[in-house]
Amino acid sequence: MSQSENAIRLRDLGRDYGERPALDGVGLELPAGSSLAVLGPNGSGKSTLLRVLASLLRPSRGEVSVLGCSLPREAWKLRGQIGYLGHEPLLYEDLTGRENLEFQARLYGLPAAEARQRIESDLELLGMGRRADYRVSDYSAGMKQRIAICRAVLHRPALLLLDEPDSNLDPEGREAARALIGRPDELRWESEADRPVTRVAVSHDPEKARAEADQVLELTIGGAPVARRAVA
Amino acid sequence: MKSARMTPFRQALGAIVLKDLRTELRTMRSLPAMVLFAVTTFVIFRFGLDRTALSGSLASGVIWTTLLFAAVLGINRIFLPEREEGGFDAFRLAPVDRPVLFVAKAAVLFLYLVVLEVVVVPVFAVFFLQEWSGLVPLVVILLATNLGFAALGTLISSMAVNSRARDLLVPLLLLPLVVPLMIAATGATSHLLDAGGPSYDKFGTWLLVLGLYDGIFCLVGYAVFEFLLED
Ligand SMILES: Nc1ncnc2c1ncn2[C@@H]1O[C@H](COP(=O)(O)OP(=O)(O)OP(=O)(O)O)[C@@H](O)[C@H]1O
Ligand SMILES: [Mg+2]
Repeated sequence: MSQSENAIRLRDLGRDYGERPALDGVGLELPAGSSLAVLGPNGSGKSTLLRVLASLLRPSRGEVSVLGCSLPREAWKLRGQIGYLGHEPLLYEDLTGRENLEFQARLYGLPAAEARQRIESDLELLGMGRRADYRVSDYSAGMKQRIAICRAVLHRPALLLLDEPDSNLDPEGREAARALIGRPDELRWESEADRPVTRVAVSHDPEKARAEADQVLELTIGGAPVARRAVA
Repeated sequence: MKSARMTPFRQALGAIVLKDLRTELRTMRSLPAMVLFAVTTFVIFRFGLDRTALSGSLASGVIWTTLLFAAVLGINRIFLPEREEGGFDAFRLAPVDRPVLFVAKAAVLFLYLVVLEVVVVPVFAVFFLQEWSGLVPLVVILLATNLGFAALGTLISSMAVNSRARDLLVPLLLLPLVVPLMIAATGATSHLLDAGGPSYDKFGTWLLVLGLYDGIFCLVGYAVFEFLLED
């Protein structure tokens, strides 16, 4: 894995919806263990980029390599290695928060005892310990987001793809969430594969994003995207 | 680069089936509607045909049309939570082979159909049958037909669920494809429900047809499901 010390490498990536390009000419090299902030106005393709990286959407053109897997060809190899937190919480409304996490743990083949421990400690970290037995349909938006965060990192992925992870969270929740989805050096867990955790987060707060991230990718509508190193 | 370890097939299958059954027990979204539909249909047939006793191919036709349309109600809903609550995305990210979802959903549908039949076939017998001894071999036909319904229904439902015209698409796609299954099921059933007691004329042949049909759609579903989940 000489060259693929890069967790993500993009060359001239584009994705169209029908005829219309949502993403065009994106290039990027992100070393493993570092963090990237994705900025840009509404509709500039931030979520599209994240879904392509998660292998949920096929790229229309260009080269995409994620954790050493070239997409879309080797997408199957990526399964189970990505912690994806999208606009939707990906939770079953009729199950409780805890049941959702237990389901996820079984789907990922985590050993039962370890999963239970992880679920309890993660729920506790996000202040959801006592509220984990409500059905998701009875949660507020922020409570859903908290459980969704637990869900995204339960399997201790090597790559975090976070689409506006702070949305609906109160200041205290945002602070608490750092332990699970913060900068790689803030995380209170290690990836299952014993690899450094790489973080990509979409944000609407340029100041904060620039301060936190090693690199910034600014997407624009209909123009070439700008990639640059953040000024520390 | 090492690829992630996959979750064993049986474990993933168990997780999805238990999740769906638990949800159904809690919300009662599919089964009660299926049962109620079937029972109401029997009532309508009873008054519509103005007969208190049916036998042979008429009895067979009544029970199978009713079961078929009751099954459509369940088939319509089987993937709904996966689509509306993001289960498809979550599933595609998980280290699980795609066909697991097909097998799991088909298994759930199969179980729904068994429960439906356990409740409504006795109701049918009370309403229409004077000779009950045909019900024992009928169990074999019911199970074989359920398997075909489950495999084909899961396949169709997964194709239709992403369309807004889902409620229309499921019957539109399902009914033509299910014709051979219905012919075999009614063919096998009609002699079992003969007024003078069951006769096994062509029973083996029909059962073979059912088995072939089941085999084909289980294989097709298993094979094409991988591609149905792509964006
Ligand atoms: N499913 C879809 N079908 C068709 N077009 C889409 C779809 N999803 C997104 N688009 C289009 O792609 C472009 C980028 O959308 P995307 O959701 O990636 O933007 P975004 O940067 O995440 O915006 P936001 O800040 O509002 O979340 C938009 O112009 C949008 O109209
Ligand atoms: Mg977005």
